[in-house]
Amino acid sequence: MIVAEIKPIEEIAEAIKGAKKVLVAGCGGCVTVCLSGGQKETDIMASALRMKMKVDGQPLEIETATYERQCDPEYVIRFKEHLQDVDAVVSMACGVGVQFMAENYPEIIFVPGQNTKFAGAAIEHGIWEERCMLCGECVLAKTGGVCPVIRCSKSLMNGPCGGSQNGVCEISKDTPCAWQLIYDRLKGQGRLDMMTEVLPAKNWSKNRDGGPRKIVREDVRL
Amino acid sequence: MSDVKVVGFVCRLCALISSDLGPPADVTIKIETVELPCAGKVDGRLLLEAFEKGADAVFVAGCPEHECMNVKGSSRARKRLEHIKEMLDQVGVGGDRLVMYNVSGTHGPRFAQIARDMAGLLEKLGPSPLRPGRPRKETSQAI
Repeated sequence: MIVAEIKPIEEIAEAIKGAKKVLVAGCGGCVTVCLSGGQKETDIMASALRMKMKVDGQPLEIETATYERQCDPEYVIRFKEHLQDVDAVVSMACGVGVQFMAENYPEIIFVPGQNTKFAGAAIEHGIWEERCMLCGECVLAKTGGVCPVIRCSKSLMNGPCGGSQNGVCEISKDTPCAWQLIYDRLKGQGRLDMMTEVLPAKNWSKNRDGGPRKIVREDVRL
Repeated sequence: MSDVKVVGFVCRLCALISSDLGPPADVTIKIETVELPCAGKVDGRLLLEAFEKGADAVFVAGCPEHECMNVKGSSRARKRLEHIKEMLDQVGVGGDRLVMYNVSGTHGPRFAQIARDMAGLLEKLGPSPLRPGRPRKETSQAI
């Protein structure tokens, strides 16, 4: 899922300065799962902003609304009834949701309530870690299900570098060497011979170097 | 200072029992208690709402962490308070106005001490900046 974290209140308050009525829009998707932009966090943000603006002598009327996703038209349209007389929207969605909402309601000022961080997993309750770089050409079948593109600090495609010591990356003792993980996984599966296969140089044109990417599925288009 | 209001979220397994005697006579601040099934039930929304609705200070009272009836309820409450205290600092209300206490259910005088502590805290901090009539910061510029 996309993992995000809430921006400092001061930054959001500065962005909505002068507004009289604001909608804080929550998202029931990824940011609900990573506990940063769901209904509960939306209520907390609304409360914090009300207090901040009141303390600053700029009382603010705030409404809240949370729907399943801000990155799908069928949910985005549900926000319409909440936007009639608002001066700005603080979107608690990821950067995708903020942009998609802004595209759909171009007359409204949208302010991001979060910093969108990465595509990751909840390795423990309260701890999220990056797992995918969205590189566009997955090699996990050849690397025992451990991604060297994002989990190796240098995105090496063929084995560890000289900075790998005792299974740990040189950048931090808390960062396991991705290639050590790959070796251990393949060894456990009895597939160590896969380590001898040379992976070709990564084709980065599948990454976003070619600009924004698009997927068109003709079979599901209406 | 007698018109100031304190809201206490108290665990019914410990602090609520010790609060039976109520605040001591020398404490004139108003304390409203909200009963929780466990301090771990406390939620950031509740704490912020208490301030929004006029509390000058808020406290949460749970079991001593090593004696928590629900094992981790008190420590979870403490962590949530730390997060909300940071938020209160950011919004200008002040995280100092939110306090965590650990109270054994068999220690009645401890609750009296909490009441005195909160009165002392508000003596020092004054009423909440959210109260009408408090000086406001200068603001300008329209969106």
